[in-house]
Amino acid sequence: MSPLVSITFQTTDEARPIIDAIAEDNPEATVNVYPSMTKIDCPGRLVIKRSSIEHRIGRAFDLQELQLNLITLAGNVDEDDDQFVLEWHTAARSA
Amino acid sequence: MSIADKSTAKPRKLGLKERYAHLTRGLGWETTYQPMSKVFPFTDYEGIKIHDWDKWQDPFRLTMDSYWKFQAEKERKLYAVIDSFAQNNGHLNITDARYVNAIKLFLTGVSPLEYSAHRGYAHVGRHFVGAGPRIACQMQAIDELRHAQTQIHTISHYNKFFDGLHDARHMHDHVWYLSVPKSFFEDACSAGPFEFLTAISFSFEYVLTSLLFVPFMSGAAYNGDMATVTFGFSAQSDEARHMTLGLEIIKFMLEQDEGNVPIVQRWIDKWFWRGYRLLTIVAMMMDYMLPKRVMSWAEAWEIYFEQGGGALFEDLSRYGIRMPKYHEVASKEKGRLSHEVWATFYNYTQATAFHTWIPEKDELDWLSAKYPETFDQLYRPRFEYWKEQSDQGKRFYNNVLPQLCVTCQIPMIFTEPDDPKTICFRSTLYKGERYHFCSDGCKDIFLYEPEKYIQSWLPVHQIYQGNCGGATVPEVLNWYHMSLGNDNMDYQGSPDETLWNEWTADRHKSAI
Ligand SMILES: [Fe+2]
Ligand SMILES: [Fe+2]
Ligand SMILES: [Zn+2]
Repeated sequence: MSPLVSITFQTTDEARPIIDAIAEDNPEATVNVYPSMTKIDCPGRLVIKRSSIEHRIGRAFDLQELQLNLITLAGNVDEDDDQFVLEWHTAARSA
Repeated sequence: MSIADKSTAKPRKLGLKERYAHLTRGLGWETTYQPMSKVFPFTDYEGIKIHDWDKWQDPFRLTMDSYWKFQAEKERKLYAVIDSFAQNNGHLNITDARYVNAIKLFLTGVSPLEYSAHRGYAHVGRHFVGAGPRIACQMQAIDELRHAQTQIHTISHYNKFFDGLHDARHMHDHVWYLSVPKSFFEDACSAGPFEFLTAISFSFEYVLTSLLFVPFMSGAAYNGDMATVTFGFSAQSDEARHMTLGLEIIKFMLEQDEGNVPIVQRWIDKWFWRGYRLLTIVAMMMDYMLPKRVMSWAEAWEIYFEQGGGALFEDLSRYGIRMPKYHEVASKEKGRLSHEVWATFYNYTQATAFHTWIPEKDELDWLSAKYPETFDQLYRPRFEYWKEQSDQGKRFYNNVLPQLCVTCQIPMIFTEPDDPKTICFRSTLYKGERYHFCSDGCKDIFLYEPEKYIQSWLPVHQIYQGNCGGATVPEVLNWYHMSLGNDNMDYQGSPDETLWNEWTADRHKSAI
């Protein structure tokens, strides 16, 4: 299995639709719930899509708003206006 | 002009990548009045070679306007919680007043490091040549100051009711066990700018702080401390950006010049070990100081280092970077670390600004279950014996000052990697003096820079030299600004306990 990338959010009303969007857009992801926080792990690569979040919250969403509820992450970050990608390059190479 | 013409003439909104490019490009320039080497005197001497500073980019691409907007939003949310915590006497909702001792350790041991981080990043933010890393470091300098301030504000509420929280800054600069975090950060801040970032941004923040903040803050939430969990998570939301700076700076150094690889590897080795030793207090907080526990230190080590760190170092292996030296020793120690440290603080409770205790029976059972290979065999009998002694009025205190490791400044309490029953002693001769170490990791660090570490301000040596207020415990405590009988000793019988029992007795009465 490729090494896991990981992202952790506070479990808040704002973060819930984000967590749901990630779970749906990344079928291989596992969602682990801890007291007051949610850690999402995914082999190799994980994508957060602006459109999926907007679809859930019914308003425009700036991906930089993720930072308000973000606790920690593991993986290389690449962010633009439409998506926030977290990945290990080892996984990309071996894929 | 038609309406259609008008709308096409309106300037297009810039994308994230373009906005970031505009922010950083042209902000740094080649100086002409003074040579670059005089304007940026610290960039070369560590041996790191940078050929193109513009290759460094913040992957979050955070611009100043968004920075201020998001930080203001975080502060608004945090202060709303701090206010409601104070208005609603939130301290009454914690699980047990023993919990507050973890907060005492946090305020005296960790919050001053936030302030040191502020200073460190302000310094390197001035001294890097490239605009990208300078902006990231300057934002981080402001973040770290925010962390120090919000922690002091939040915890000030506890200071109204509990002992040991009244003079954190003074204690950080004087108290024996606090020389461990203090000297760790001073070691980093007195290094060059690239080593500083490898030490703090990469090894500490990227590789290790999830172990500090995540389980601990989740633990605070679990123990009803809404205030701490809120400042913790508010700080941690900046941490994701700091961690990313850490990973990016490492990749940047490695990509710029092959000659940088061995230098970076040595720093990773050094700062992994320094950071890991610093986290021993976190191990103890997780396993012993949270009345309701989230996960054990060993479990946290497995999730955040063995799994998370394993993936990270596999990713970096394409540059020729390997796992930090002695990581396997840290894994061997995971079943004993917290027990060895809590036992030490229990022995020296007369000189700590927080209370200690023997875990309750159900807590000992939890430890037995979490540490099936070590706890019953090695530690439980010892705690039960001390409890028995204490019940008979013969509470054990260690009145001999311990030998300290010259590098990490922790008493020599750790055991041999392959034998948990033998204390690990290492030593070396340097210019006719013998220096002692807790581990091969600490000894290696000393041997590479002996002239730095022979200057260590070692608390035990300083007490014996008469530099800490006097030769007796009360004199030294006075010098520490600790109040004898209030701030120190066991939780059982402390003013904290008396107050807590009064509050909770009232609560039970009014419930009837
Ligand atoms: Fe911080
Ligand atoms: Fe930080
Ligand atoms: Zn040491």
